[in-house]
Amino acid sequence: MSDAGNRFRTLLGHRLFWPVAVLVVMLAANTVYRPGFLSVEVNNGHLYGTPIDILRLSAPLILVALGMTLVISTGGIDLSVGSVCAISGAIACLYISRAPDQDNLVTVLTALAMALGAALALGAWNGVLVSVIGIQPIIATLILMVAGRGLAQLVAEGQIITINSGPYRAIGLGHLLTLPLAIFIALAAALLVAAFTRRTALGMIVESVGGNREASRLAGIRSGRVVFLVYVVSAACAAIAGFMMTANVSSADGNNTGLWVELDAILAVVIGGTSLAGGRFYLGGTILGALIIQTLTTTVYAMNISPQTALLFKAVVVIAVCLIQAPAFRAKFRRRRSGTPPPPQSSPQRQKEQVPA
Amino acid sequence: MTDSRPVLTMTGISKSFPGVRALHNVDFRLFPGEVHALMGENGAGKSTLIKVLTGVYGIDEGTVTLDGEQVAFNGPMQAAAAGVSTVYQEVNLCPNLSVAENIFIGREPRRLGAVNWGEVRRRARQLLARLDLDIDVTAPVASFSLAVQQMVAIARAIDVQARVLILDEPTSSLDAGEVAQLFRIMRQLRDEGIAILFVTHFLDQVYGIADRITVLRNGALVGEYPIAELPQLALVEKMIGKELDVLELMEEHPRQTATATEGGAPFVQVSNLGRRGAVAPFSLTIHAGEVVGLAGLLGSGRTEVARLLFGADRADRGEVQVDGTRTGLRNPVQAIDQGIGFCSENRRAEGIIADLSVRENMILAMQAARGWLRPIPRRRQDELVDRYIKALSIRPANPEMPVRNLSGGNQQKVLLARWLITEPRLLILDEPTRGIDIGAKAEIQKLVVQLSDGGMAVLFISAELEEVLRLSHRIAVMRDRQLVAQLDNDDTVDADRVMQTIASGAEHEEASR
Amino acid sequence: MSSLSISAPSWARLPRRHMPVLATLALLLVMYGIGVSQYRAFSNIQVVFNVFIDNGFLLVIAVGMTFVILTGGIDLSVGSVAAMTAMVSAWLLQSGLPALLVLVIALLIGPTLGFLMGCAIHFFDIQPFIVTLAGMFFARGMCTFISNASIPINDGFWTTMSQYRIGDPRGNFVSISVLVAFAVVLIAAYVLAYTRLGRNVYAIGGNPQSALLMGLPLGRTRIAVYTISGLCAGIGGILLSFYTLSGAPLIAIGMELDVIAAVVIGGTVLTGGSGYIFGTVLGVLVLGVIQTLITFDGSLNSWWTKIVIGGLLFAFILLQRLIGIRYK
Repeated sequence: MSDAGNRFRTLLGHRLFWPVAVLVVMLAANTVYRPGFLSVEVNNGHLYGTPIDILRLSAPLILVALGMTLVISTGGIDLSVGSVCAISGAIACLYISRAPDQDNLVTVLTALAMALGAALALGAWNGVLVSVIGIQPIIATLILMVAGRGLAQLVAEGQIITINSGPYRAIGLGHLLTLPLAIFIALAAALLVAAFTRRTALGMIVESVGGNREASRLAGIRSGRVVFLVYVVSAACAAIAGFMMTANVSSADGNNTGLWVELDAILAVVIGGTSLAGGRFYLGGTILGALIIQTLTTTVYAMNISPQTALLFKAVVVIAVCLIQAPAFRAKFRRRRSGTPPPPQSSPQRQKEQVPA
Repeated sequence: MTDSRPVLTMTGISKSFPGVRALHNVDFRLFPGEVHALMGENGAGKSTLIKVLTGVYGIDEGTVTLDGEQVAFNGPMQAAAAGVSTVYQEVNLCPNLSVAENIFIGREPRRLGAVNWGEVRRRARQLLARLDLDIDVTAPVASFSLAVQQMVAIARAIDVQARVLILDEPTSSLDAGEVAQLFRIMRQLRDEGIAILFVTHFLDQVYGIADRITVLRNGALVGEYPIAELPQLALVEKMIGKELDVLELMEEHPRQTATATEGGAPFVQVSNLGRRGAVAPFSLTIHAGEVVGLAGLLGSGRTEVARLLFGADRADRGEVQVDGTRTGLRNPVQAIDQGIGFCSENRRAEGIIADLSVRENMILAMQAARGWLRPIPRRRQDELVDRYIKALSIRPANPEMPVRNLSGGNQQKVLLARWLITEPRLLILDEPTRGIDIGAKAEIQKLVVQLSDGGMAVLFISAELEEVLRLSHRIAVMRDRQLVAQLDNDDTVDADRVMQTIASGAEHEEASR
Repeated sequence: MSSLSISAPSWARLPRRHMPVLATLALLLVMYGIGVSQYRAFSNIQVVFNVFIDNGFLLVIAVGMTFVILTGGIDLSVGSVAAMTAMVSAWLLQSGLPALLVLVIALLIGPTLGFLMGCAIHFFDIQPFIVTLAGMFFARGMCTFISNASIPINDGFWTTMSQYRIGDPRGNFVSISVLVAFAVVLIAAYVLAYTRLGRNVYAIGGNPQSALLMGLPLGRTRIAVYTISGLCAGIGGILLSFYTLSGAPLIAIGMELDVIAAVVIGGTVLTGGSGYIFGTVLGVLVLGVIQTLITFDGSLNSWWTKIVIGGLLFAFILLQRLIGIRYK
């Protein structure tokens, strides 16, 4: 086999190859369908255009998915993030709506601090259920997923809270250096999480706990603390995402804020190559996954298809990505395509390439 | 006994996996009414041969004939239906189902399409009576000991009028009494004309029960021998392929003197440490530079002692002194702080993190001790990892390879390195040589000697008495979850004496210090 | 490890396995008692019947979910599949197809989707969570693809099924849906207790590797449970369309959560291998009685339902944890 062939196989086997390919194909298809798709223009000193919109709108999902990545890496899952978005959004909006001066920066910051505090408490609740009481994560967070919607409505007393606060709106719609502020917030969060995990030993310890919890405990890792921590981080990320979602529309709706974001976030994490079984995690892959999901949504909107029907496309993408990543499917596909078994030396190499460093 | 025609013949079997040739042109035959041991080191192809036979894997080349007819099973179920049943090393039963249901599930007696539960229970009792087992067949399997579960698995296997019974390392989790019970059943089944294929790592067991031995090495057939024509040493040579220093090491019994540590102050002093339901209160003193062997049958409380000393389980009575200061060992973190390390017997479940690289697995304990806020600088990591890969000759010597790709012996060495990096003062090794090949085994034994010479205290737990005798300065004997005796390993101590202590309990109490 | 080998005395064993179900039963009785003591109208037998009438579809879907959860899987698609079934029925009826044909077609949707999801889960080894999530997206997308608005049903058969009352002379009655639901419950209970399929479901939930090595048809059983769950979701969808006499694209959103909650409150362990259909019936009744209580109270808002269900989920999961039903 030629060197180029091997390199091609290596590229094909890279865990980010297919996600990137999907994103590129979607962007290309959009550009063909609507040639102005990729164009960006300057207006009022701000950049506008579909790519910018995609980045801005994907910011909340990126935030939620970052926290979710860590949770999934420990072998857990956090179904409650949507509810946490709703609760934190509702608390922040409620506080601002009752304030005499909604444009007061101190008011807004107090509101954010209160809401974030509440979210941290909810994250701690999840963390305690999982790490102290030892309930399976999917079930432990299901509790808050169900009850959280009720709590959000309780906070808002069943109403949709509308506010008119400039500083708060800026979280979702403001600009910084010609780009939407939301992009910077998401980017900052991503860098923070990356530094938090990769500059310290936290990342490895999270992966170790997710890979084998009992072995980690016997190696002297306080697994409980680590697991507790990731649920708190996840809730904090969800709270910030909740601020963005409510700031985008200047209102908080306990029923609909962050509805299904947990599913999108899990999807983004899986597309990004982190296994739902726990272990290795990939923050870059997660962000890519979130971008794919948002690009898909934007594409569907641009084609004038109803948002609900967009779910059809999402289903197709989920299946496609999962099939491509499923080793069983790859094996079957490879066998059918090549007919003859691959040369022996290329197989171990493939495996090696799939194994992330 | 073997004058009849073979019930099962495998001819010219070859099987490859991507990049690995697992079996190459292997012949194997099995006669009715014999116990046939299949021997070989790890990776020799024993499991593959069994899986090829029972249809878990397809065959690349070669034929299998059963009673003269060529067969190719598509899975264990079809094999069982044709009379080839398998009992695996790890008991494969459904813990949530009753004993009776575990025996019959998949082929329950039915009436009008509905499972006939009365009949299921009746036949289960009947079958277990044949194995001399009188238990409540309606209780979930999880409520019984591993040995009983193993018997239930065998009951399931022989219910289908099995002509060939494959026992894949059935004894690795049984104690001596249970092994004896199993052997009694095996002999009974053999006398009924069933052909038994027996895989085990324990040489003594092979000579205790087998009629014939087939040896595999590196996926190829070495030969088939009647047991009488193959002495133990010859068997080991055939399994390894050449006479290594290893063998000499195994034979020469370099027993150490017990004087090495008499003068030194004790490192760990345990008094009346115990945990209800796990181990009765025991007292034990371990000096620096001393190897204390922990002998006893499986289930006698050896592992429980180790876990208490490491804080893996919490003691509910007694106290521990480290360097003469009273201290609590309530969790592994505290034990590690005191300079204690622990290699669990359960390598896969409690040892390695399969996903992570060799490097990460090695530095894990040290990193955990430092806390996640203080990562070990990468250069220091590489330095440490390189040193131990060399020192323990871990292969392949690639620190970034996921540890799951290593063989069992090399995984064990990675775990040893994980603890050696933390420079412990007491290293607890629970069955460090189980299930790994003889070469790696000898290396680990040598390492234990080196470590203790260097001043480290070692608590060495092994089911192989010989190994304990060879390495230990002192032997603590466990029986029925009690520490019954501590023997200085001098000239008066040999396998028989330890065995007697295990068997008779407190008789030798006076011998302890 | 070896602490496993210490067996429980026989008297302690039986109640332990049945304790979650007994606790649910006790809870149900207590809640009913509270209702009766607080509100005079609550003691009317029709209140109980109404709980069944209002939750018949939920019960059917929960029965299907019980199969899936017993194998250790999960099916997130049930709410959407039920909605899609109702939607397709309404749409086909609107376009003038005969009722019986519509019924057959609509009932095929769920099992087909379930079968496909089961195949994806088994053959490609993808987590049930993700596959059924895709199924959920797909079915919900199909709903709006058919119509953005609710489609009313005027068909004679449907209205008969919807309005027919089976009752006693004093005016207490149940709907046909309730009978259908009971039939589904009985069949499911029989299948789980007395057929090989049912026993294989428990075996796989107990330990899939063992089940495979014991020669049980792992793949077939797995595919079967998702097909069964799809079928139940389909039947539930039909009952839903009887109940609402329409197909609405956004109906039954989040129903999968109620269903999972009902199954767990009914004592089925989410890791699989332990649970009973009878428990699921009790779980659905608990949810129904909570709703009824909150309706009777009048001063409590609807969101309290969610909070209480969440609280109960917590309590029951904690109970399962405390009595240690974890075979894995």
